[in-house]
Amino acid sequence: MFTKFFYTLKNFGVPVSMNEWQALLEALEGGMAGSSLTGFYYLCRAVLVKTEAHYDRFDIAFAAFFGDIETPEGLPDKIWEWLNKELPELEITDEMRNNHQQLDLDELKRMLEERLAEQDEEHHGGNRWIGTGGTSPFGHSGYHPGGIRIGGQSRNLSAVKVAGMRRFQEFRTDETLGVRQFQVALRKLRQFTTRLEGARTELDLDGTVNKTCDNAGRLELVWERPRDNAIKVLLLMDAGGSMLTYSRLCNQLFTAVNRSNHFKDLQIFYFHNCIYDWLYHDPACRQNDYTDTEYVLRTYSPDYRVIIVGDASMAPYELMRVGGIIDWDLHNDKPGIEWLRRIRQHFEYSAWLNPIPRNYWDWMDGAFTIRKISEIFPMQPLTVDGLEKAITALRSKQAVAVN
Amino acid sequence: MSKKVRRYEASTGYRGSEDYIVSDDLRNSVNIAIALQKPLLIKGEPGTGKTMLAQSIADSLDKELIIWNIKSTTKAQEGLYVYDTVQRLYDSQFGEGDVANIKKYIKLGKLGEAFITSEPVVLLIDEIDKADLEFPNDLLWELDQMSFYIPETKETIGAVHRPIVVITSNAEKELPDAFLRRCIFHYIEFPDPEGMERIIKVHHPNLEKRLLEQAMETFYMLRNVPNIQKKPSTSELIDWLQALVVGGISPNRIKQDLPFLGVLLKKNEDLDTLLNQLHGKTQSRSPNYASSSLNRYRY
Repeated sequence: MFTKFFYTLKNFGVPVSMNEWQALLEALEGGMAGSSLTGFYYLCRAVLVKTEAHYDRFDIAFAAFFGDIETPEGLPDKIWEWLNKELPELEITDEMRNNHQQLDLDELKRMLEERLAEQDEEHHGGNRWIGTGGTSPFGHSGYHPGGIRIGGQSRNLSAVKVAGMRRFQEFRTDETLGVRQFQVALRKLRQFTTRLEGARTELDLDGTVNKTCDNAGRLELVWERPRDNAIKVLLLMDAGGSMLTYSRLCNQLFTAVNRSNHFKDLQIFYFHNCIYDWLYHDPACRQNDYTDTEYVLRTYSPDYRVIIVGDASMAPYELMRVGGIIDWDLHNDKPGIEWLRRIRQHFEYSAWLNPIPRNYWDWMDGAFTIRKISEIFPMQPLTVDGLEKAITALRSKQAVAVN
Repeated sequence: MSKKVRRYEASTGYRGSEDYIVSDDLRNSVNIAIALQKPLLIKGEPGTGKTMLAQSIADSLDKELIIWNIKSTTKAQEGLYVYDTVQRLYDSQFGEGDVANIKKYIKLGKLGEAFITSEPVVLLIDEIDKADLEFPNDLLWELDQMSFYIPETKETIGAVHRPIVVITSNAEKELPDAFLRRCIFHYIEFPDPEGMERIIKVHHPNLEKRLLEQAMETFYMLRNVPNIQKKPSTSELIDWLQALVVGGISPNRIKQDLPFLGVLLKKNEDLDTLLNQLHGKTQSRSPNYASSSLNRYRY
């Protein structure tokens, strides 16, 4: 049964390895799950899941696998018989809530064992014996804030239901395959600081040896400035509807850029199809959450490396005409292409990454705008290869084509 | 594997301490990490008490706490030992001390310190994500085997007792998979209002009910303002309550005046954002069209 769970997790995209599985089995042998499914849930999550981004997948997998098995095993059969009776729902008053302080799990287990030993008849209602209804901590359909449910349906949200709540949905980042490759490519985007500014904090060994020899053996330490990466990056991403198809690919790039810690500064903005007066702060492109493009142009110095990710395919008027913006309630005084030209003029180190494979560029729907935009920005397909080429382009200034 | 899993005894495990409220699942994770003898990796929003947790574990289990603060320049080697060659060079120049004894110039780092103590300790590696991308990878072996080798003296430093290792991360960087595989992971969620009240009660036991209510309401309101870059966190709320009490602010004024706002919001931009929101300054960007509902149709 457990081995199956291992594969269920893998199927749902939780990367579990044998190593962790071993640790889980050890922990189970050590009795760390207690004998409750909730305990087991937290144990599994702590041992097997390594990032909050995967909590959600884990929850889904767990609910899918254990959805039907909501009971600890190994209870005597007759207790099952007693419990196999449905009861009307118990009304819970605040008073009752206050009367039951949370019991410790171990204490509960001990009490359950005791009662299993003592109890010899069917029981319904009441507050002590194992049975249905009532407020005893054991059994089902009753109410006890910290009790152990045995059989029946969850009425008061306990045990495995936590997994079904999927509280960690928003942490999903999705798809990390290929991130490492992107990351490696991004590493090449670096330019070391000159040795002209900053504090001298690094011991120059060769210099020290030379100087000391010059002094006939009397030690003289030579210090130099450390070399840091001075590259600053501005990432602009298209979050329009047509990009949905490529969201996996874009996510990979996004994760890789985010993980790259060698940039001196990293700024990320979003736009919808084409860039106009506003750059948004999140992919939803909400209209109360933006920065003026004008401000971006004024604030960020031309040495920022600009990477634009977008499919560049849109209706020709969206790019070329005043008021061509796709959002109904917005209006642009300048056509998109003008904004793109201004961005290109200001940021001389810039490149456009297009998730559409290169051999589609000439004949697909947006061929016209793709051609227009690639006249402005050096355009590369969004592949590891294309990224590497784009980065080579970003290291030196490219001629700005202004028509 | 030579490690022996200790039989888990709830009565001897970590149960939280007086000044630190711990949720059930976090307590579970701590105990699992202790029993499996793996490092416990704690992530979560700033101010959710990640660093405090280590202190609490140390207090509750009555152990010493060794803190290794990670900075962007920290190298894994520094945690093990530093060979002070410069000092040795100087000494040799001026004939001070016994230069032949290299041991004298080997200084153990925090990790090394945690290994050689005679009592088991709690080791906190704070904000591991601050360091270089490869930093965690460089510590894999040492954390796994709890020993390291000093080539200069041909010595192996092994842990007398395996320390309980707590590692915190602010999620500024992803940690390498190989490292993650060796850890027990726990994400501390931002506490809901009820949990928050319990936490506050620990720090301010005698708070006026109305003041607390108003302050909490304002606090969660601020957290929900969109586009705030640095959301106020638990520790800031606690400081703010302190300020409100000391300043003798009447509860009725909290929501209106937002006194001592600087305690909660630390960035100028955030203050601006908030003021914009409060004064209902909505910038109309649509001179021609006003129907915002149509905006849902995106293609």
